[in-house]
Amino acid sequence: MSDKPKVAFFDFACCEGCQLQVANLEEDIIKLLDLVDLVEFREVMTGSTSETYDIAFIEGSITRKSDEKRLKDIRERSKLLVAYGQCAVNGGINRLKNIWHSMDDVKKCVYGDDSYMPHLDTYPTKGVDEVVKVDLYIPGCPINRDEFLRMVKELSLGKIPRLPNHPVCVECKLKENICLFDKGVICLGPLARAGCGAICPSNGSPCEACRGTVDNPNKNAMHEILDKYNYTVEEIKRTINLFGVNPEVKK
Amino acid sequence: MSKEVKINVRHLTRVEGHGNIVVDVKDGNIEKLEWQVPEAPRFFETMVVGRAYSELATITSRICGICSIGHTCASLKATEAALGINISEQTRVLRELLLHGETLQSHILHVCYLVLPDLFKVNSVIPLIASHPDAVLLVTKLHRLSNELCDVIGGRTTHPIRAKVGHFTMLPTWQELEELKRRLEEAKGDLLKLAEIFKSVSGGFPDFNRETEYLSLTYDEEYAFYDGQVTTTDIDKNISPDEYKGVVNEFVVPQSTAKYGKFNRASFMVGALARYNNNHSQLTPLSQQIAEMLGLKPGINISPYQNNAAQVVECVFAVERSISHIEWLLGQELKMEKPDIEVKNGQGVGAVEVPRGILFHDYSYNDDGICVAANCVIPTNLNHNNIQMDFEKMVPEMLSLPEKDLQFNLEMLVRAYDPCISCSTHFLNVEFKK
Repeated sequence: MSDKPKVAFFDFACCEGCQLQVANLEEDIIKLLDLVDLVEFREVMTGSTSETYDIAFIEGSITRKSDEKRLKDIRERSKLLVAYGQCAVNGGINRLKNIWHSMDDVKKCVYGDDSYMPHLDTYPTKGVDEVVKVDLYIPGCPINRDEFLRMVKELSLGKIPRLPNHPVCVECKLKENICLFDKGVICLGPLARAGCGAICPSNGSPCEACRGTVDNPNKNAMHEILDKYNYTVEEIKRTINLFGVNPEVKK
Repeated sequence: MSKEVKINVRHLTRVEGHGNIVVDVKDGNIEKLEWQVPEAPRFFETMVVGRAYSELATITSRICGICSIGHTCASLKATEAALGINISEQTRVLRELLLHGETLQSHILHVCYLVLPDLFKVNSVIPLIASHPDAVLLVTKLHRLSNELCDVIGGRTTHPIRAKVGHFTMLPTWQELEELKRRLEEAKGDLLKLAEIFKSVSGGFPDFNRETEYLSLTYDEEYAFYDGQVTTTDIDKNISPDEYKGVVNEFVVPQSTAKYGKFNRASFMVGALARYNNNHSQLTPLSQQIAEMLGLKPGINISPYQNNAAQVVECVFAVERSISHIEWLLGQELKMEKPDIEVKNGQGVGAVEVPRGILFHDYSYNDDGICVAANCVIPTNLNHNNIQMDFEKMVPEMLSLPEKDLQFNLEMLVRAYDPCISCSTHFLNVEFKK
């Protein structure tokens, strides 16, 4: 038997775009297979096991009781459980559904008169850690491939990887981008967690905090920026819940 | 006859999303035969209500990681139709290029990573790394190229950043376009090699035919992806995408969280084979040559497994069209555009061909440009009913096969459609019961 860590991938309610980022590692994934023993990954391989895993990667949000049972079973069999992708981290974009007061209305909106059927049941979206203990988070919508690769390497060396805890603005400045506020565009860079290489502002589009916020966002600085450019807190609150983030940005 | 079959494939592998196959045969009578879609529904139509027109593509792109670009294009087209926004030739060409990048990416991923393992009788692409290293490297090279095309044009491989309502927020540089063009030219030869590999193992597909209605976009000027009217093999007059509801006729069934569709027959098929059957005469000479090599006739092809051959053909087409789009872009002075958007109420439909078939987004906005209603019709949904109908013809024909072989053929059938189940519930598993 191999002494490489046994790794498995699972997905719940999501677009599976994050596992696609893993597939998109191309030749690097071949090298990664030297470090880990891939035992279960439904989208790319046939075969499943009921054994234990050293690392279980969970993608997607939890939206039904039946998902909870499956997730708890995986947790019991996993030494380390990683929530990867924003849907797993906090429910991500699927959390927008929770703005509706009644799940019956949500079901009716999509399935109409058939919404009573039991298999169409749903509850307000949860992140993985609202159901089981999570050991490590890899945020982003989608995840950043290089960050994923770094984290898997570190895990395979027995190290617990850390996430950057500075705002996207830092990476944006390093790229020498013109600040989007100066171009008349409202941007969540001052609050959002870096690690994406400020990919959206670098492509001329505002940061939407798809990686969540830093642990302790500098709200005062955000307020100063909003005042300087004549925006209101309400205007950023509208955007910041796109990916399930909802910090209280008060003065 | 006392034949008993019990097949129960839960969460079919090598498909995007969760699906089950259930076959229950007692004394030679089929008691249960279902293609089931248990994927958790995600309710995107509710998520967009209350959001601004400028946010819709960001949200609906997340319906699917594999076809996020197609969703982005359909979304932008629907919003632009609702708000009466016209786009420039430059923006249209960039979007088409992005869409071809996704078609190439998705078809390579599907045919090579998900289908070829069946034909080589292995459980995934991983054992092929050791047994067929040159083929795997060829595939990763093509897949990387398609992803990098999407990076250069859309700013990111999955969930494009630059494509917005009425414009692009950043444009590719001359050097980037030149380099892409060079690599795409090289890819033509690589695709020819890939088509030869595919042909060498395509005897592994089961012998099964079932004629159905084939539905896709069609466009006067070219093999339709970005623009066109709705056509099928059963109608004489094309239909405007605005009339999509009368075409797709979605309905809910107990075995699936994804909706089903039907039009002039009990079911219809969408995707690469439907596009090929409807529009093959508009393919480029090289893609027609590959079609002939892979046994696709210039007419109606009725084996669902031929969808995979049609995907290979479309890869070649996507590469050739991408080259001509890049040549056009290189001949222009590209400029940053600032769209003149007048926010108003309105309703609009956007239809595009994505790797798995025809996709519709339909949005309604209020006076402030806030979305009040949305409907997304997903190609994988449209195929679920056709998969079920294929099962119903195939299982009686193949009952004499060992159970294991029957199960394998059914799994391959589902994979042939390249279902994208996350998408369709906004779903795949196989269960066989005796």
